[in-house]
Amino acid sequence: MYTIGIDIGSVTAKGALMSDGALVSSQVCFTGYNTAATARSIYEGLLEKEGLKETSIEGIVATGYGRNSVPFADRTVTEIMCHAAGAYHLNPAVRAVIDIGGQDSKAIVLSDGGRVANFVMNDKCAAGTGRFLEVMARALEVDLDQFGTLSLQADQPAKISNLCAVFAESEVVSLIAKGEKRENIIAGIHAAIGSRVMAMTGRLGMWGVTTLMMTGGVAKNTGVVKALEKVWGNPIHVSPHAQLTGAIGAARLARVAGSPE
Amino acid sequence: MSDIKLELDKRKTKLEKKMQNIMAGYYIDAKMARQNNKKVAWITSGGPVEPLLAMDVIAVYPENHGAMIGASKMGVDLCEKAEAMGYSSDLCSYARADIACCTVNGGPIGGLPEPDMLVCCNNICGSVMKWYEVQARHFKVPLFIYDTPVCHTDYTPEMKRYVEAQTREYFQFLEHETGRKMDIDRLKEIGKNSVEGAQLWQETLDTTMSRPSPMTAFDAFFHLALIVTLRGTPQTLEYYRELRDLMKERSQAGIGAVPKETYRLLWDNLPIWHRMKWLSDKFAEHGACLVADTYTSAWCGIKRELNRDDVIASAAEGYTYSYLNLGTDKMAELVLTMVDKYQVDGIVMHSNRSCRPYSFGQYDLQKIVEREKGIPSLMIEADMVDDRSFSESQVATRIEAFIEMLRQRKGA
Ligand code: SF4
Repeated sequence: MYTIGIDIGSVTAKGALMSDGALVSSQVCFTGYNTAATARSIYEGLLEKEGLKETSIEGIVATGYGRNSVPFADRTVTEIMCHAAGAYHLNPAVRAVIDIGGQDSKAIVLSDGGRVANFVMNDKCAAGTGRFLEVMARALEVDLDQFGTLSLQADQPAKISNLCAVFAESEVVSLIAKGEKRENIIAGIHAAIGSRVMAMTGRLGMWGVTTLMMTGGVAKNTGVVKALEKVWGNPIHVSPHAQLTGAIGAARLARVAGSPE
Repeated sequence: MSDIKLELDKRKTKLEKKMQNIMAGYYIDAKMARQNNKKVAWITSGGPVEPLLAMDVIAVYPENHGAMIGASKMGVDLCEKAEAMGYSSDLCSYARADIACCTVNGGPIGGLPEPDMLVCCNNICGSVMKWYEVQARHFKVPLFIYDTPVCHTDYTPEMKRYVEAQTREYFQFLEHETGRKMDIDRLKEIGKNSVEGAQLWQETLDTTMSRPSPMTAFDAFFHLALIVTLRGTPQTLEYYRELRDLMKERSQAGIGAVPKETYRLLWDNLPIWHRMKWLSDKFAEHGACLVADTYTSAWCGIKRELNRDDVIASAAEGYTYSYLNLGTDKMAELVLTMVDKYQVDGIVMHSNRSCRPYSFGQYDLQKIVEREKGIPSLMIEADMVDDRSFSESQVATRIEAFIEMLRQRKGA
């Protein structure tokens, strides 16, 4: 039985094709302006790659900010449910999930069966989101992909004390003016995100949680993961499929589409 | 069933119309006050209005006006005007909207009638004091500040002495402003009506204990207007009697406000006036009924048996021991009681950029309710009037995810 999950995020769109609970194929691209067209091309890309027809797909679930612009989906499910389901699929030991998305970040606590027990999302502010990293990368003229590796080369992480993305940016600019090493600034940015996100996570009362997974594209950034681990005090799991977690969860939930999960 | 429903729906619409007429009449009277040789006082929503009524002074509420500005989506424009005047965007949007409105006579009713005096009771927040000082300077009218200390743990004997002394001063202030003597018997009568009105309002809100609930918090936000602006008048009593009976009948007939009520939620904080319809539809769409809220129940005066004979003592205590004037632990107690009483599955907290006293303890409240009752809560960031602090897609995602979670929890 084939199912598809489509996750239209604010920055990237992801698609996952699964067969009997196993990931078969995936697609990632920029969301762009026309979300409906993006969703369609992901869908067709998945079918084409595996030589499948539309009729072989038994369920499609759309998630993410653009979830309502996927007309061919059977139903929509929010990112929270999909990240939880996806993380649980990738590692059933997971009891908490942190996802830093393009325009919001969330922390989810799972119950034993992988159901969502509770969740929090960041308040209305770019600090602690992927957008924050993007803005900082631009200010530092560094490719976002290199952010993680560079931050690991810091000798003395700079202190970024502002929570507001706009203020933090000017703080970064003045650090640059002072001649602070780029690596140190980046490490400081990651530390700021780490404490911000973990403070939000703390509101969930995750004290009993031992297995925490970071999902979403930002999980590829080792600097952020390390910064989170530092505050958390334990290793954080990151799957090679981190960016696809939402789409995988959606595809999992599509298995039982029609019936409530 | 459908005949009954039709009939009751018709009565509901009629009652809503009646409310609109009463409110329109009230504002017309207020605007004509000068011609009719009556004085107008502006007063805070939780302020002691009965003495004003006893003195034949027309009381108007800038906060109620603020709510109307919000509901008619005129808030952003006025808030921006206030900011251009130099007020911070962090100031309560009721205050911003009101201060700006006075300079242009804007808003849905062309501004409030000019005041002859201002009465500010800080049992709701500290912002109102500065706000009323600004207005006192603007209109060059006297201001009475009725200072109610926060009841962190209880209403203490020191508070009692302090507030009762002010109540006497308040009477003197009014006697001075109106040139009349306070008629204590009349005041008692009005006070009695106020208490009865609060009682009827409570009984109305309590009809939501039944499943399905005959009304939602959104209905309550609408019907609240009279208990805020015209409490203590016979007209208000009649209205709420009718409303209570109607809601009782609806609940007896098994008519729910939300089709297929599946989740029962409690709302915390002020309404988001500019998104009432959107939010109400959003929750209803998922079978979620907001069966109760901490905001409209603040006008019930539920907490205390007031001694009706000693007006000064009852007014002092009643006005000091009010929801927003309590410590977080006391607030939590009330919320926990409501969770049980209305059999609530979850709490929706409006983290209101404007209203510090209301939003300040919410993280604690959230933790307490989760710990004591195992009930989850959702935080929505917004502002009751200033639309610029609202993101529809973010809020939609949070609400949907919250409902999905409740569904999973119920299924689990
Ligand atoms: S701060 Fe809150 S309590 Fe005070 S006037 Fe504004 S909304 Fe009302």
